[in-house]
Amino acid sequence: MFNNFFFIGLPYAALTVMLVGSIFRYLNFGFKVSSLSTQFLETRELFYGSRPFHWGLLYLFFGHLVAFLFPRSVLLWNSVPVRLLILEIVALGFGISAFFGLYLLIVRRLKHKRLIVVANKMDIVVYVILAVQIISGLWIAFFFRWGSSWFAGTMTPYIKSIFMFTPDIAAVSAMPLAVKIHIISGFTMIGIIPFTRFMHFLVYPFSYIWRPYQYVIWNWDRKTIRNPKVKWKIHKPTNN
Amino acid sequence: MDIRSQISMVFHLDKCIGCHTCSIACKNIWTDRKGAEYMWWNNVETKPGTGYPSKWEDQDIYKGGWEMKGKKLSLKGAGKFKGLKNMFHNPNLPVIDDYYEPWTYQYEHLFEAEAGDDQPVARPVSLITGEYITPKSGPNWDDDLSGSQEYARKDVNFKNLSAQEQEAMFQLERMTMHYLPRMCNHCLNPACVAACPSGAIYKRGEDGIVLINQKKCRAWRMCVTACPYKKSYYNWNTGKSEKCLLCYPRLESGQIPACMHSCVGRIRYLGVMLYDADKIKDVASCPESELVDRQLDIYLDPFDPEVINAAKENGIADSTIDAAQKSPVYKFVKKWGLALPLHPEFRTLPNLFYVPPLLPTMAFVENGTYETTSESFWGAIEKSRLPIKYLANLFSAGNEKTIEVVLKKLMAVRLHRRNVTVGDLPENEVTDPMKEVSMDKDTADAIFRLTSLPLFSDRFVIPAAHREEAMEMLESTADVKGNHGFGFKEPPKRGL
Repeated sequence: MFNNFFFIGLPYAALTVMLVGSIFRYLNFGFKVSSLSTQFLETRELFYGSRPFHWGLLYLFFGHLVAFLFPRSVLLWNSVPVRLLILEIVALGFGISAFFGLYLLIVRRLKHKRLIVVANKMDIVVYVILAVQIISGLWIAFFFRWGSSWFAGTMTPYIKSIFMFTPDIAAVSAMPLAVKIHIISGFTMIGIIPFTRFMHFLVYPFSYIWRPYQYVIWNWDRKTIRNPKVKWKIHKPTNN
Repeated sequence: MDIRSQISMVFHLDKCIGCHTCSIACKNIWTDRKGAEYMWWNNVETKPGTGYPSKWEDQDIYKGGWEMKGKKLSLKGAGKFKGLKNMFHNPNLPVIDDYYEPWTYQYEHLFEAEAGDDQPVARPVSLITGEYITPKSGPNWDDDLSGSQEYARKDVNFKNLSAQEQEAMFQLERMTMHYLPRMCNHCLNPACVAACPSGAIYKRGEDGIVLINQKKCRAWRMCVTACPYKKSYYNWNTGKSEKCLLCYPRLESGQIPACMHSCVGRIRYLGVMLYDADKIKDVASCPESELVDRQLDIYLDPFDPEVINAAKENGIADSTIDAAQKSPVYKFVKKWGLALPLHPEFRTLPNLFYVPPLLPTMAFVENGTYETTSESFWGAIEKSRLPIKYLANLFSAGNEKTIEVVLKKLMAVRLHRRNVTVGDLPENEVTDPMKEVSMDKDTADAIFRLTSLPLFSDRFVIPAAHREEAMEMLESTADVKGNHGFGFKEPPKRGL
């Protein structure tokens, strides 16, 4: 029952809420989608908190993604002990950097009155869930070694089964508590994306990379709208 | 040739009395909100001085604007690589303390204080935290403090003045100042637009106004860094950047922007300029010494039939072309060559031009008395109180020749008018200066009229707003065609 609820029910609920909620919020409450940066109010301590936190999490996220998408390659890489060691140490390093970043960010938030003014209730949830996620991750890395290897055999099939709509929780049910917590808080994090500032990583501005620097919007095209030969088409200005 | 129209402005600095009415008008309309209290979309600075935010012109600190990297034009502190790399912490972002912590006074205390021995006072409280604070700086904290150690001496525009020249400006008898009202320049090559990762900032094609789409802004804060004039502000409350919108709702309904309408000294002029958008990149990346001339070249003659044809082909309305022909900005900038852009070396091609101040420059002291005889006027330009070099650092990327020509023109107009109204000058003292800048009497009179006696409709020539079309700038009326009254709840779309 416990396992069914947390490893089948929760993932589907979280993914659904994330998809529907994020799209709904993006379309209907566009103004409220923002990274809510507080750098303007305090910049020095943010540097030491935000940089290690974000870069740490970013690499860990892609690490998990690669392990899920290419389990065979990861296992192959790990077949030489030195390479396994390097991979694990690097991953642990990013985990520690994310942990210290988060710690500094929480301290910074509590220390400055200006930052408390702009914090909201969901920020507390964000801090708690991130702390649980990062600490449980470090716990696993330290006490249940060589996760990059056993991930391929246990977690990859589980996550794959979720996405194939044939959930198979045999492997995860037998996992130690730390791993269970890590999975549960991970899915919870996905589920609360639309209700928190987590929303900002869904709007990462990839399009900036290929768009030209200057951006001009014509609200309407005078040339075509006055031309009787062009057929009337519904034209929605892009600036609203 | 890709002709577009641009709403542009001229500020006549000799007429500015530094009353801050423009700033207050703007504040009352747009920025009197939580998170926006510290924003002054329009502000007036005393020069020499550090300005607002403090030392905004020093791009070694703020890394705003464009720079030439070899032959490539690139953003100094933002851009695709730097911007995305610095997203988690932007090292070049000014913080609230570079502006000031906004405050109000606890007026209620005056009414609600309990009876006591002391007079109740209204103590200042922070508008961010609500705690008692002691204001240590404000938007015009250096107002009229020219010559001061704290502000004027830290002015960035002294950078290539000799120590002797700098020292002279702080002597009691030589001290001088002028005001510099500033607002968004609605640049042709805006750095804020280029720096915005989410593509929230854009230039409106129809009139060239630069706006921030509040729904698309994600608080990546790059525009604040990129704008060398520091006219994009971060709202710490909403988590969105905001900037001057040239009162576009007023412009669309044929009214003047609030700052210009309220200007007591009537220093502000607004009109349309036609320009060739194909040349923007070329001009923005030309050598620094040519920047001013090349930028002025980009604006086209609205009387030239070829330009008119090309404009019409590009969909520019006849009313806009007509407005461009009557534009006071065109007269000041192109026809008479009296107005220059502020800090052209930032390479954003600003559309706000300044007629440099003549008065503080000219007066100087000789033998302990102010020398004011007309004879010495010409010699005074070189010996002026405010070094030409200083004005050149402000308005012509350091090119003194450009400033001198403008000042001589302004002087010629004065001499001519003195001759007309007083008539006490020898003939050659009037004609020689006018000949030197090749100005005829009619031009001098026209400059005088538009400077001193302009009507409201002379100062502001807004292209016919097309009120009927203004709505379409926000929303396509085609979407609601077939509706009536308040419209259907569901759009009248063909069913499945």
